[in-house]
Amino acid sequence: MLLLERRPVDSALMRWASPVLALVLTVITGFVLFVAMGKDPVEGLTFFFITPVSDLIGVAELGLKMAPLLLCAAGLTVCYRAKLWNIGAEGHFLMGALGASVMAVQLVDVSGFWVLPLVLIAGILAGALWAAIAAGLKTHLNCNEILTTIMLNYIALNLLLYAVHGPLKDPYGFGFPQSVMFADSALLPDLIAGTRLHLGLAFGLLAAVSVWVLFARSFIGFQLNVVGQDHRAAAFAGFSARRLTWFAFLVGGATAGLAGASEVTGPIGQLVPQVSPGYGYTAIIVVFLGRMHALGIIAASALLALTFIGGEMLQIAMNMPKAITGLFQGLLLFYLLTCDAFIHYRVRLKPPATQPTPKLAAAATQET
Amino acid sequence: MSAPLRLKLENIVKEYPGCRANDGIDLTVESGEIHALLGENGAGKSTLMKVIYGVVQPDEGRMFWNGHPVRVDSPARARAMGIGMVFQHFSLFETLTVAENIALGLPAGEARDRRQLDQRIREVSERYGMALDPRRYVSTLSVGERQRVEIIRCLIQETTLLILDEPTSVLTPQEVMDLFATLRQLAREGCSILFISHKLEEIRSLCQNATVLRQGRVSGDCRPAEVSAEDIARLMVGDDTPISTRVPAAEAGDVLLEVRNLGWKSRDPFGTSLKDVSVDLKQGEIVGIAGVAGNGQDELLKALSGEIRVDRGSMDLGGLGIGGLSPHQRRKLGVAIVPEERLGRGAVPGMSLAENALLTASDQGLVDRGLIRFGRVRTFCREVIRRFDVRCNGEDSTARSLSGGNLQKYIIGREALQNPRLLVASHPTWGVDVGSAVAIHEALVQLRDEGASILLISEDLDELFQLCSRIGALCDGRLSPLVPTTDLTIEQLGQWMAGEFESAEASHAAA
Repeated sequence: MLLLERRPVDSALMRWASPVLALVLTVITGFVLFVAMGKDPVEGLTFFFITPVSDLIGVAELGLKMAPLLLCAAGLTVCYRAKLWNIGAEGHFLMGALGASVMAVQLVDVSGFWVLPLVLIAGILAGALWAAIAAGLKTHLNCNEILTTIMLNYIALNLLLYAVHGPLKDPYGFGFPQSVMFADSALLPDLIAGTRLHLGLAFGLLAAVSVWVLFARSFIGFQLNVVGQDHRAAAFAGFSARRLTWFAFLVGGATAGLAGASEVTGPIGQLVPQVSPGYGYTAIIVVFLGRMHALGIIAASALLALTFIGGEMLQIAMNMPKAITGLFQGLLLFYLLTCDAFIHYRVRLKPPATQPTPKLAAAATQET
Repeated sequence: MSAPLRLKLENIVKEYPGCRANDGIDLTVESGEIHALLGENGAGKSTLMKVIYGVVQPDEGRMFWNGHPVRVDSPARARAMGIGMVFQHFSLFETLTVAENIALGLPAGEARDRRQLDQRIREVSERYGMALDPRRYVSTLSVGERQRVEIIRCLIQETTLLILDEPTSVLTPQEVMDLFATLRQLAREGCSILFISHKLEEIRSLCQNATVLRQGRVSGDCRPAEVSAEDIARLMVGDDTPISTRVPAAEAGDVLLEVRNLGWKSRDPFGTSLKDVSVDLKQGEIVGIAGVAGNGQDELLKALSGEIRVDRGSMDLGGLGIGGLSPHQRRKLGVAIVPEERLGRGAVPGMSLAENALLTASDQGLVDRGLIRFGRVRTFCREVIRRFDVRCNGEDSTARSLSGGNLQKYIIGREALQNPRLLVASHPTWGVDVGSAVAIHEALVQLRDEGASILLISEDLDELFQLCSRIGALCDGRLSPLVPTTDLTIEQLGQWMAGEFESAEASHAAA
């Protein structure tokens, strides 16, 4: 019989080996899947993992996809360290995109250095506002944040769809559900000329560094860790769980909102319904894969950005369905959670327990 | 001796990673014998119990049951053989009745006939003088009554060896006498009892034989009635550890803490509400609060620390009302708290000792404009470790890795180094080894001599009588009068712990 036995000390090796192991298992499963579908597995995996980053344009595209993932993941890290399971980065992201677009559409004929900051701040505020709803529901009505944030995601999506089909729709857009193109002064500058890589990636990296500083040096980061690890010790020390909850949610909302704003002011340049391919959800995988650590989430966001591009590559080159991206992301999270169990537990082989024979037990008691 | 020994253990060895918990233990228990198993925390008592009860398997050694070699591979097997165990922390469902709780532990066939089971519970409980209604809900039972449920649960399965793990720590002195009467009757009828405790006087009055463990080995066997408590303690701790603290009397100063008619209604239906609690605490004195666990001690501590806001009454610290202040604001005014739970409240288990210093000592210059000054945190932490002799691998050890006594020394030291004016300590030496307990007592006395007021909440009456200048008892959230220790008998305190102080209060008020 196989037994999962709690380790006396959590395995430090498994803590970092687990993401690597999960990636290896994902690749192996991908291999098997390609074979099962009658495709050449080596070619498939090459298209998925290697071809996308084989030139500068590819790497720039990777950075482009990393930016929103990294921003969302940085904010979620703050929440998850405090064990606040905010699943709402997707909603914050969409609201950020919507808020920035509302501002950008008002300023479409204006030019000036202050236009872009104003647009971005509108996005940040919109994302934070959306997170504030979930925070308020949690601190004042004790609502489970997992449920409220998921539901708020759908509301945010429908608000965005309403906006692009209604008030924000470009009147000269031939009826397409999209806003007008933003003014140049509302667009993020490119990081590398000739590519689509824009300043958003710098925001993402800055957010990751901020998260690192927050948890490595600051007292509020320490308080968030204490609330997450041991809420009774936090209450004893007098750390206000309510204030920390608000802080974490507002940071989570602001960064995801900035991600949304950077997306519409970056590569897209207008508000469209499909502004997010699920960045907010994928960021959850990024946080866990990156071990809630700044360096880890930078590496993990690069990997998951690759799954988006690789998925597109497979659709184009090998005629595979769009679901391939979600499939690989799901495999990765599934294997990661499985491997994570081995941080705290180890497998032990145990001989099947022999049932006590009543006869022997009775004999033992009678002979007193 | 014609009858074989009820239980015989030979050379039991159990090794955990990094620790040899049992290192060649021999133990014999005769039928009808009350046998004490003594030892400090970490001496290997619990591991040995788990071996006997089949929770863990020994790495080496043999076990004989009524003369037959046996292998106990599960608690179910142990129960089938006739071994019953009452753990220190009861495993009862509060929302079920007594009978339902007992039925849970029985084989399916016996559990089904409820009427017959009720009958058996009544028979057993009456026979051994442990009155208990099988239809009552466990949530309505006192701690002593809950213990009876656990014992009856064992007896109903025809147990011939009953293991009790520190059974008296949750009882009033009177309840202890009742329990002992029951145990003596059981022993007369041939049931063997293995009694784990560290209260030496109880063992001297109850047990025929005692086995003392130290660091995983048997350090001695004795007949407790024939040797002094001092001698037994020596066997437990070895030769080089001081056994008790000498507490010189102190001169109390002005009143520091004035608590008036505190009232707080528990939100938890199974919790305890505070009713009309009043305490005066002078500078330079230690006041003790006795009481059976769960009678409002934790609530009183939380009310003083600011973790809960009371509904009624006032709290003044040096003339300043602190009732509306947060824990952090109170700490700034010199209130230090040592909670009952060391791991998971007083300290975060997975964090290092240095990080745990930040939990309450952040105002000692350890945080500057929101950023942690790690250098100062380490210095502070090392100072606590040095001054209070905390045995650990430096300030980076996790709180979880320390023994109970060492972690407690660290927590007390963390508070003491902040020069508190008021220290509220709950069960500071509970489950702590004798050496650490002495060190903790000395730290408390030293704080007192430096002029701090100390409120000591404890179940250990010896500790209270030793350290405190005045003592009272909490029962069901009400506080008895606080009277000078010299005027108080242990019987009187026992009655207060059971809630009999209405008249005393009246006469006290009249006086």
